[in-house]
Amino acid sequence: MSILVYTESENGKLKKAALEVVSYAKAVADQMGTSVTAVAVNADNVESLGNYGASKVLLVKDDSLKDFNAKKYATVVAEAAKNEAAKVVVVSSSADSKYLAPLLAVNLEAGYVSNVIAAPSNVEPFTVKRSAFTNKAFANVEITTDVKIVGLSNNSYGLVESGGNASVEDFSPSIPESGVSVESVDKATDKVSIADAEIVVSGGRGLKGPENWGMIEELADVLGAATACSKPVSDLGWRPHSEHVGQTGKPVASNLYIAVGISGAIQHLAGINSSKVKVVINTDAEAPFFKAADYGVVGDAFEVVPQLIEKLKAFKASNA
Amino acid sequence: MKILVCISHVPDTTSKINFTDGDSKFDTNGVQFVINPNDEFGLTRAMWFKEKQGASVDVVNVGGAETEPTLRKALAIGADSAIRVNTEATDGFSVAKQLAKVVNDGGYDLVIAGRESIDYNGAMVPGMLAGMTGANYVTNCIGLEVDGTTVKAVREIDGGKETVNTSLPLIIGGQKGLVEESDLRIPNMRGIMMARKKPLKVIEPIEASAETKSVSFEKPAPKGAVKLVDADNIDELVSLLHNEAKVI
Ligand SMILES: Cc1cc2nc3c(=O)[nH]c(=O)nc-3n(C[C@@H](O)[C@H](O)[C@H](O)COP(=O)(O)OP(=O)(O)OC[C@H]3O[C@@H](n4cnc5c(N)ncnc54)[C@H](O)[C@@H]3O)c2cc1C
Ligand SMILES: Cc1cc2nc3c(=O)[nH]c(=O)nc-3n(C[C@H](O)[C@H](O)[C@H](O)COP(=O)(O)OP(=O)(O)OC[C@H]3O[C@@H](n4cnc5c(N)ncnc54)[C@H](O)[C@@H]3O)c2cc1C
Repeated sequence: MSILVYTESENGKLKKAALEVVSYAKAVADQMGTSVTAVAVNADNVESLGNYGASKVLLVKDDSLKDFNAKKYATVVAEAAKNEAAKVVVVSSSADSKYLAPLLAVNLEAGYVSNVIAAPSNVEPFTVKRSAFTNKAFANVEITTDVKIVGLSNNSYGLVESGGNASVEDFSPSIPESGVSVESVDKATDKVSIADAEIVVSGGRGLKGPENWGMIEELADVLGAATACSKPVSDLGWRPHSEHVGQTGKPVASNLYIAVGISGAIQHLAGINSSKVKVVINTDAEAPFFKAADYGVVGDAFEVVPQLIEKLKAFKASNA
Repeated sequence: MKILVCISHVPDTTSKINFTDGDSKFDTNGVQFVINPNDEFGLTRAMWFKEKQGASVDVVNVGGAETEPTLRKALAIGADSAIRVNTEATDGFSVAKQLAKVVNDGGYDLVIAGRESIDYNGAMVPGMLAGMTGANYVTNCIGLEVDGTTVKAVREIDGGKETVNTSLPLIIGGQKGLVEESDLRIPNMRGIMMARKKPLKVIEPIEASAETKSVSFEKPAPKGAVKLVDADNIDELVSLLHNEAKVI
């Protein structure tokens, strides 16, 4: 028996979310008195997972897995889970992991809970806390099957270094045919994605027009942040749909969320509420966002944001 | 092409979320229910296939009689017929099991579900349905073209999108982008009148036990008051973010 964790990588490099799911799996393993095995595909430097609590890494090197494919990857993880007689499988909340997890659940006849935000409150019966109703509430959910799948919400557990070592084994499961193949990928490689970002800078209709996004991008640059926007901003075509966050857009669970010229409508807040620290910059002191934020500046974005950029640059220079 | 659109019946996005029975049940008191927004995009895309490619479009919900107004709304938007599987939906797995039966019995070529429901946010029903039926599967779908049985779909990925080639039978998890927001269909008077005469078939569930069980609910702890920083004192904001919040 062990806890199996699927550790994602991109161009060979393990993602931060991979280190987080291993940290989480280690906590579950300690609770259940067992160890953690990670499975990684075409990743480099996987020994480093030992530091976060993996004892063993099953490493798959296979050219047919160059592009992510939910069915093929789900089979890889399922085979690994069966080999290890895993009782619990942990995956992240990335778009790819959420794509493969339901297929994995059917394959392993395992109960699956997504958006989990904490280590199990109990292992017998196995009970985890997850967010629900788009962050407006939490549910404590019991998984009643023999094998369990936990989808961990990104940034909810954090990285925990335990300083161990992992042995690495080659793993070559049989890969099924898939009826879905990637034709092309269109991805900005120089930008942080909203899902991976620790800091997100988001702009709303208060910014008046797309020509004013220069300062939002500059602020994001200084902070190493991803850029996002409210729904009307993407509906108006000021920014791409992929930046729309909120209940009907992408969820944000960053450490810091900076909202500029966003009123804080309930549907917007629902999607960003699990961010740890929220800052709002808005001319209207009555804007509902101030009720949801940790820090607020009542002021004109066109004055405040350039100042903030300047102060942050100075801060970075003095801390460098 | 036979299309089935899966409709999740969810609280309106402005709903206050409360619980009853010792925090063990969602309190539906005063809550307005709507078609899950992701499913609305899928339904509108299905109407396009109906009008341009002669597809037939059925809608389905797994739920009690209280979901029928939501299914009627889908009929008013233009679906041909509706199916309700008469059982309380208690988890993603059991819902997918019921849907798999409907899909297999109906011989559907294309199943359009939503990327996720806005109530339980499981993001699992379409994937499980694909696992159970063996159909091809694309989620976070923001573009869909069908030519015969050949399909080109666009999937949103973290930080971008990818175009994939696949074929029918196919299950998708759809979302905004599948059609533009401004193209979403709102039922008109004629649609509403016609919907009354369209078939809404109630079928009994098959045996499918849940694999997960919500034992209790909690609401987030009330937030402390916002700390206001003067617009002329942005140094203080930087200092608070560094020293107090420790996020920079
Ligand atoms: C009284 C009550 C108690 C409930 N308790 C639980 C619970 O404990 N745990 C839990 O997970 N859920 C519970 N539900 C929610 C259940 O109704 C959900 O439909 C089901 O769990 C799937 O939700 P999801 O968020 O996983 O769906 P997702 O996988 O996020 O949904 C994606 C898509 O699948 C389709 N879909 C989802 N549900 C249905 C449906 N019922 N009929 C047709 N298509 C559908 C839609 O196209 C939707 O956009 C409860 C509901 C009720 C009424
Ligand atoms: C079904 C449904 C789903 C929805 N889903 C989402 C969603 O997922 N995400 C989402 O964001 N919205 C969503 N919405 C829309 C939501 O209700 C709001 O309309 C939207 O969030 C408002 O966007 P905004 O804050 O950018 O614009 P506004 O509400 O117009 O707010 C602009 C703000 O900018 C401030 N401002 C103006 N000038 C300045 C200045 N110079 N400097 C600083 N501040 C300034 C104003 O005081 C105001 O507070 C949804 C709505 C519905 C009905």
